[in-house]
Amino acid sequence: MNFNLSEEQNLLADSVTRFIGNDYGYDIRKKHVALPDGFDRATWATFAELGWLCVPFSEEDGGIGGGPIETMIMMEAFGKGLVVEPYVSCVVLAGSVLKRAGNPGQKAELIGGIIDGSRLLTLAYLEPQSRFDLFDVKTNAKRDGDRFILNGTKAMVLHGGAADTFVVSVRTAGNQRDASGISLLLVPADAAGVDVRAYPTLDGQRAAEVTFTNVSVPASALLGEEGKALVVLEAVADEARLALCAEAVGMMEKLYQETVEYTKTRKQFGVAIAVFQALQHRMVDMFTLHAECKSLLLRATLTSATGDAEAPRNIAALKYAIATKGQKVAHEAVQIFGGMGMTDEMSVGMYLKRINVINTLFGNGDYHLQRFMAA
Amino acid sequence: MDIQFKPEDLAFRDQVRAFLKSKLTPAIKDAVVGGHINKELIIQWQKILYEQGWVAPNWPKKYGGTDWDITKKYIFENECAEAGAPAVVPFGLKMVGPVIYKFGNDAQKARFLPDILQSNVWWCQGYSEPGAGSDLAALQTKAVRDGDHYIVNGQKIWTTYAQLSDWIFCLVRTDPSAKKQEGISFLLIDMKTPGITVRKIESIDNQHSLNEVFFDNVKVPVENRIGEENQGWTYAKYLLTHERTAIAGVAQSKKAVQRLREIAAQEMSGGRPLAEDNDFRAKLAKIEIDLLALEYTELRAIASVAAGGAPGPESSILKIRGTEIQQALSELAVEVCGHYAHALNVDAPVGNDYAWALSAKYLYGRAATIYGGSNEVQKNIIAKAVLGL
Ligand SMILES: Cc1cc2nc3c(=O)[nH]c(=O)nc-3n(C[C@H](O)[C@H](O)[C@H](O)COP(=O)(O)OP(=O)(O)OC[C@H]3O[C@@H](n4cnc5c(N)ncnc54)[C@H](O)[C@@H]3O)c2cc1C
Repeated sequence: MNFNLSEEQNLLADSVTRFIGNDYGYDIRKKHVALPDGFDRATWATFAELGWLCVPFSEEDGGIGGGPIETMIMMEAFGKGLVVEPYVSCVVLAGSVLKRAGNPGQKAELIGGIIDGSRLLTLAYLEPQSRFDLFDVKTNAKRDGDRFILNGTKAMVLHGGAADTFVVSVRTAGNQRDASGISLLLVPADAAGVDVRAYPTLDGQRAAEVTFTNVSVPASALLGEEGKALVVLEAVADEARLALCAEAVGMMEKLYQETVEYTKTRKQFGVAIAVFQALQHRMVDMFTLHAECKSLLLRATLTSATGDAEAPRNIAALKYAIATKGQKVAHEAVQIFGGMGMTDEMSVGMYLKRINVINTLFGNGDYHLQRFMAA
Repeated sequence: MDIQFKPEDLAFRDQVRAFLKSKLTPAIKDAVVGGHINKELIIQWQKILYEQGWVAPNWPKKYGGTDWDITKKYIFENECAEAGAPAVVPFGLKMVGPVIYKFGNDAQKARFLPDILQSNVWWCQGYSEPGAGSDLAALQTKAVRDGDHYIVNGQKIWTTYAQLSDWIFCLVRTDPSAKKQEGISFLLIDMKTPGITVRKIESIDNQHSLNEVFFDNVKVPVENRIGEENQGWTYAKYLLTHERTAIAGVAQSKKAVQRLREIAAQEMSGGRPLAEDNDFRAKLAKIEIDLLALEYTELRAIASVAAGGAPGPESSILKIRGTEIQQALSELAVEVCGHYAHALNVDAPVGNDYAWALSAKYLYGRAATIYGGSNEVQKNIIAKAVLGL
């Protein structure tokens, strides 16, 4: 048994932590949020230069063969910095689909493009009615000779306004809630009939409603086997859950630390409010909740890394814990900051909003509690 | 003990219902539900209430209130919330108004009360300062006497609706050498007075309610002082207990339960309406049980006040549980709304027209346990004044 990082993993952790600590303060993040894309393209290019965009890809695909542990290292640091660059949408989501379902040509072009920062892809998997069911797909694609014709609407496509290409889950056979008959298609954002309505989300990130009206793509846009995409989507979802929960754990760490710091400097009744035991115990609880979530994160990540059969159950446990304990820690932080916790000047409120988004993406607490019980 | 409504109560309830049915316009109702209620619509509604003589049920009749007993007040609150009427803005009608009729002189009553009742003038509350939140008595904003004026310098913070207000009621320090609570006075200040600057605070709900208010040599006539110089703390405390009971929000929470059910019937989960989901139903039921308890706790407190008691420190539990229940309901609302709860509504709603309003309400609602005396401070009060610890 050993919870130590390898030498390479340590280097990666150092490099991300240093960058977030030195070059990604909350003020810088605010500037990125205000840019037209909601993130900074130059910072994205820096991520590429630092070799972070290639982490989860195999050496064959141009990556470093990183797995869940490497992603965890990066996402925990990104969580602390509240990073708004599209790492999850492009590298984790779209990237994971490509590495699982792409053919050699698609991988060479698209994974290569992601790694060098020249291509921005995102996964359009949600629909207005689908909630947490990846198989609930109404958007349809009909064969028309050697082309597919797409119609339908995808909801809350992460960074949908900035992406050049969408990986879209579509129904090529069966009914709306059938497990089979779902396929994945690559659709250029500028294809005729693609309508993108981009908007900010509460956590300072961006998303879009994307509507496809008779959009025509060649059969070569198909990723993986026709009608068999659900297994791919499910595997990608678990990878995303791990990444998002790691991000949340990073935020929980900052939340308890920033709260402790704040109470040491904020004075009321002639003393630092940190001396009030009513608050001390609650900060101890925040600290404990973080420790628990960190443990569940390691449990889920390490079992995933070794392909353990328990991994999906551990991921469900983790996602449920973040939904409850993560939100609790953020609520407590806002409360203990008092009025200051209600302002966008402080990062605690932003952590709360991001944790809430994470709790909704890929299944909320109730969803994962059910999944845990069923596993 | 008897909880039955008497025939005259039922008649009153019918009268309130008929009034709401004819006077609460769809435009106002929709704005409440849609979360885009604004000053204009609120004034419109408060004026309708005023015309009916119902805008300030808790004021004494001679100042324009009502002589309703607690049952009638209970009925009125519940019917208004149930019908989806906007809550009245508290700063004039529930805060400074009572202070003025209780401690103000006749000239002040004549000058300020009618405009409050008719919603001609909007008020904001200038209590908190950067260094004086929970420890309100630490406030530093200074008022120095200069003939028949005070010269006010300092800063207030978290001032809700300062940007929309005509007047502000302020706690200021008039005797820096006295003990903290003893050197404070209560001033009414016209927001148009030169030297006042209002600066917006960006808040987590992306709405504009919070402000900083700066006073730079602001001249305030001595006649705008309520009561005695250096006695402001007494008046402030009177106002705070008022604020504390109104904060339980039982009727509003009952309405929120109903609204949650409606939305859960529209939201799909696992291929069927979320309203049919057992996890959701159990969560809502647990909150409802808390709310049933709160409602009777409040009624018991009100009944003892009506029977001649004073609102005691135990009213703090109404604030604590009331706000916790509001927060539990809005957390659940965000959950029910799924992904669209997290879309920021810039030009038009994304996905549906209710999620963003519920989510803004959830975020703003985090403050309910912070303002009006934070819940921690309320617990300190109960520990000390009720339990004798
Ligand atoms: C949305 C909103 C609207 C507001 N509107 C107004 C307004 O219109 N006018 C106005 O004057 N003010 C307003 N306020 C200010 C509000 O009254 C203060 O925020 C409140 O009094 C708390 O003060 P603070 O923010 O300085 O927090 P602090 O007093 O710094 O408290 C920070 C934390 O410490 C805790 N704490 C403090 N003392 C103790 C103790 N002795 N024991 C245990 N815990 C303690 C608090 O409970 C809190 O959790 C508003 C605030 C908010 C958030």
